[in-house]
Amino acid sequence: MSHLRSMILISPELLLVLTALSLLLLDFLVRRKGTLAVAGAAGIFISAYVNYRLIKVGMTGGTIQGMFAFDGYANFFKLIFYTTLLLTILLSVKYLAIEKISAGEYYSLLIFSTVGMMIMAAATDLLMLYLGLELMALSTYILAGIVRGDRRSNEAALKYFFLGAFSSAFLLYGITLVYGLTGSTNLREIASALHSLKLAESPITMLSLIFFITAFGFKIALAPFHMWAPDVYEGAPTPVTAFMSAGPKAAGFAVMGRVLFDVFGGLQMQWSIILEPLAILTIAVGSIIALSQTNIKRMLAYSSIAHAGYALIGIVIGTPEGFVSTMNYLMIYMIMNMGAFGVVIMLKREGFSGENLEDYAGLAKRHPVASALMLVFMFSLTGIPPTAGFIGKFYIFMEAVYAGHIYLVIIAALFSAVSAFFYLRVVMYMYMKEPAGDISLSTSKTAGIALAFAVIMVLVIGVFPSLLLNFARNSFFG
Amino acid sequence: MPGTFIPSNYLPIIIICIFATIIGLSPLLIGSLLRPRRSYRQKLLPYESGNEPIGEPRYKFSVKFYIVAMLFVVFDVEAVFLYPWAVAYDKLGIFGFVEMMMFIFILLIGYIYAWEKGALDWE
Amino acid sequence: MKYALIPLLPLIAFMINILFGRRYIKDKAHWVSVPAVIGSFILAVSAFMDVKAGNVINIDIYNWIASGSFKVAIGFLIDPLTAVMLIVVTSISSLIFIYSIGYMHGDGGYYRFYAYLSLFVFSMLILVMANNFLLLYFGWEAVGLCSYFLIGFWFHKKSAADAGKKAFIVNRFGDFGFGLGVILIFLTFGSLEYTHVFGHASVIAGKTINFFGYDVGTITLICLLLFCGAVGKSAQLPLHVWLPDAMEGPTPVSALIHAATMVTAGVFMVARCNPLFDLSPVAMNTVAVVGGVTAIFAATIALVQNDIKRVIAYSTISQLGYMFLALGVGAYSAGIFHLYTHAYFKALLFLASGSVIHALHHAGHHDEQNMQKMGGLKKHMPTTYIVFILATLSITGIPLFSGFFSKDEILYRAFLGGGLGKFLWFLAALAALMTAFYSWRLIYLTFHGKFRGSDEHEHHIHESPKVITIPLWLLAFGAVFAGYVGIPPIFYEHGDRIGEFLAPVLGHPLGHGTHAEEIFVIAVSILVALAGWFIAYTMYLKKTELPQKLEARFQPLHKLLFNKYYIDELYSKTLVQPMLRASDKIFLGFFDGRIIEGVVNGVPSFIASFSRGLRRIQTGVFSSYALVMAIGALCIIAAMVFWK
Repeated sequence: MSHLRSMILISPELLLVLTALSLLLLDFLVRRKGTLAVAGAAGIFISAYVNYRLIKVGMTGGTIQGMFAFDGYANFFKLIFYTTLLLTILLSVKYLAIEKISAGEYYSLLIFSTVGMMIMAAATDLLMLYLGLELMALSTYILAGIVRGDRRSNEAALKYFFLGAFSSAFLLYGITLVYGLTGSTNLREIASALHSLKLAESPITMLSLIFFITAFGFKIALAPFHMWAPDVYEGAPTPVTAFMSAGPKAAGFAVMGRVLFDVFGGLQMQWSIILEPLAILTIAVGSIIALSQTNIKRMLAYSSIAHAGYALIGIVIGTPEGFVSTMNYLMIYMIMNMGAFGVVIMLKREGFSGENLEDYAGLAKRHPVASALMLVFMFSLTGIPPTAGFIGKFYIFMEAVYAGHIYLVIIAALFSAVSAFFYLRVVMYMYMKEPAGDISLSTSKTAGIALAFAVIMVLVIGVFPSLLLNFARNSFFG
Repeated sequence: MPGTFIPSNYLPIIIICIFATIIGLSPLLIGSLLRPRRSYRQKLLPYESGNEPIGEPRYKFSVKFYIVAMLFVVFDVEAVFLYPWAVAYDKLGIFGFVEMMMFIFILLIGYIYAWEKGALDWE
Repeated sequence: MKYALIPLLPLIAFMINILFGRRYIKDKAHWVSVPAVIGSFILAVSAFMDVKAGNVINIDIYNWIASGSFKVAIGFLIDPLTAVMLIVVTSISSLIFIYSIGYMHGDGGYYRFYAYLSLFVFSMLILVMANNFLLLYFGWEAVGLCSYFLIGFWFHKKSAADAGKKAFIVNRFGDFGFGLGVILIFLTFGSLEYTHVFGHASVIAGKTINFFGYDVGTITLICLLLFCGAVGKSAQLPLHVWLPDAMEGPTPVSALIHAATMVTAGVFMVARCNPLFDLSPVAMNTVAVVGGVTAIFAATIALVQNDIKRVIAYSTISQLGYMFLALGVGAYSAGIFHLYTHAYFKALLFLASGSVIHALHHAGHHDEQNMQKMGGLKKHMPTTYIVFILATLSITGIPLFSGFFSKDEILYRAFLGGGLGKFLWFLAALAALMTAFYSWRLIYLTFHGKFRGSDEHEHHIHESPKVITIPLWLLAFGAVFAGYVGIPPIFYEHGDRIGEFLAPVLGHPLGHGTHAEEIFVIAVSILVALAGWFIAYTMYLKKTELPQKLEARFQPLHKLLFNKYYIDELYSKTLVQPMLRASDKIFLGFFDGRIIEGVVNGVPSFIASFSRGLRRIQTGVFSSYALVMAIGALCIIAAMVFWK
């Protein structure tokens, strides 16, 4: 019966795979491409609902010979992935038409990538983890280059692919070393072997820890492993950029959290010491370089690097509460970031990229609603109350203060103030400049739904922060 | 290091690796040691049935070759999986059957997709 | 918790008006805001009854953020002090909202006016109902923001926009101190809740902070910082300069925000923090002296002003000075009592002068606020005239009118106060003389004598419509009778009902005087009120040539007063212009985008060049990216090796 149980526990993932496969075939049958988005969304909803029911009926525990866990931790991240996926699909409909991207492939790749992330978050075995990571990564490589006629898109895909392969090598080295030491790829077994064989102090353990951090650091774009991010984010089609900066990043954090806490829990001191300078470097690099960007996608790319640094603070602290605040932050960042990209996507139309800061001049006069949305998202990214962005930063900083990392918080808060320059610069362009010419927006109903959802969530979390925080806490501990 | 896990089960594999390397390299090594070395231009030219080579030896292949090659690899792997499955079919039972059907189903969809996209048309 | 609706109703009205005002509601905006604020009033009355029955409500409605000992909660405290403030704010707001229907009729920004005014009422109610300093601070800043919007309501008029900016900037100075005070409270007490802070005040009493080499009592520092905020918000010396200019706003705004409610927030806040102030004699003396000096200082300026609203504005500053004087001598309930009576008669003075301005404006008169161009309006606007007289009798402290009771209480408490008490009493009595003089001067110049504009205009002057006069009558009722809740015990043994009511929060004032002293003080205050009246009567009704003669005789003095002691000019020369010049260079460049467009010079240039330098690493060549990654990993490994 254990096989059946396994099948039931991975049924949300299986349903997503089924959806993706059907979309590939439906692409040939359906003329109106909007239908595909609806069909995809329906499949995602069914999968998410099945997942929800499984939680409700109290399903929990490991499966597939202990390689896969159906637990609160995984489910919290799955919610992030589902939301990212849905928002991306809603925001993409119009963009695909403008760029003439084949809808079936696009949506199914998005879904495959999401399945990869879900496997990553749920994996309790290094090989399963690697499998999920590659499924996610290979799909996003293709997505980055899906606009075949665009040189920048091709370049982005190629760079991402090569550097991704490079980082996978680090991960595999790490796995090999750990396997060589302990004879297992199962997280729990590795942890107990490290403990019982007193290997925590072994230099090989240390080396594998560093390799893991390098590989995961690549996925979440930590400096100095972030170099790919700005180029890839800028070159990739905007909805894909939005997707990449939210989903895979959260997935990277999910595996990082699980591996660091479950496997290297005894080395908490050591990984805190490694990660602390990385967090500062990441925040600094992201915030400072973002200052000099005039391309808004590139600015958001650097901003995404900086935000990864803030989220990392929760891991640096090394306490469970700290990681809860990171989970909280990731959810918030995902929503506000998708919202900001959503507005950027709307500015895109045929023959006009809408990616330059100048394109936003006087937007408030022409499109007050879109500008107001952008305003909220920019405020939130800056961390101004009562938006969700403030809540995210607040809890991270508070946890860091309690854990005694006062200087880390001071530095992070300073860079947070620096970041106000480049976020509010967008606001200034929208509200204080005269429009250069006529700006028309590529609006669509689906994008409207996505943006409305994002802005409502940003404000609701901002006003009722305990809802999300308690959810994250229960997911982590329960 | 005391107490370190030693993957003794993998010892035969290491031995195979060592032997494979030795067997592969030794003829080349022996050949290079034994053969006479008298090289001149004609001898170093690529062998093209006695004709003078024209142009670069490396030139761009059509991307179609790669697509066919990739499809071949996919179905090659399928065959590789099918063999052990067929051998151990009795032990795997109904679950193994379902799993394999799912695997074939996914490949089938890939096949249909490739076909419809025109990956199999040479022109 | 139904009392949460008290601030919520105006907030809802604001939202509706601001969202749907421009398209749909337009000139029906009052149908949204007036019922909301009247609803608040009804709830406020019920809250008052609740408190009167002995209940004190202290409840956290919503915990916004909680992390360790730090908590941000929306919580309300309704105790006697808050109850009195609630009644004042909601009752006056209701009347002024109704008045504005007539006054603002036909204005292009009608919906905007009601939206901002509702937002103001919401913020003010939050300010008075807060149960912690953070929410108080929120309300404090929010009323400031509304005040800025409403002063600059007619933003196309440059003077109005400038006045708004001035109010905002001047208040920044005070609020900065206030903010520091709140932070210091958190650092000292580890909490921002009133109950916790006030409960632990005595524990902190002896502690000191080293401040630039001096040991300063923590409590004293906190109180002085908080008082900074009060000085800004309540327009006391030396931050009073914004209030007269704030008269550029519509008259209902002047009445509501700049007379009855917002400017009294400072008084309320000091009274609220009385457990802290009580522990710091230094801070108390500062409050008393600033109040006393401001009272007489503003009164002297009011003597010679010609703009009808500015006279009343200076009078407001002066009366606020009285309130601080009362707080400073420990007579908190007297201060709040005066706040309460003052709200009615001062709102009435403003609204009545608004009625005059309204009438003159509609008659086509161009210099509609200049009293020298008025005169003889008595026969054209009898109602306005009568309510004006009632308000004036009240403010000048004529017995049986409400101002008499509260002002007398303050004078008496100052007289009893030790140390500087007698001196402050003398200042206050002198200010009362001047108050009587300029108030009656205003009446005589405006309503008596002959009209000093053209006949054409005089022909068109009419009494204001009912929607304006009815609120005037209601306020007049308050202006006359509001004081009867605080009759001095010498006349009626249990007369000081408001003092008793507030005593659980504010305590009893120190010191007991003899009957003789009390009668002496009362006699003096009646005497000065009558004397001021008599002088004004002589100068402006009997011997109308006298003012000119005096002006010629004491020309330097007149010029000094007329130009408000040149304080604006002083600030302009020493502070404003240098700052403007500096900000021109930095911020104007930033905002007009000249600098931004040249990449990033808006930020400190070293960061910008650093940023560009870092960008150079981002070459776009992926092999170098891979190299950076590998070097990064190696560096970590090396660091870990050496760290061991």
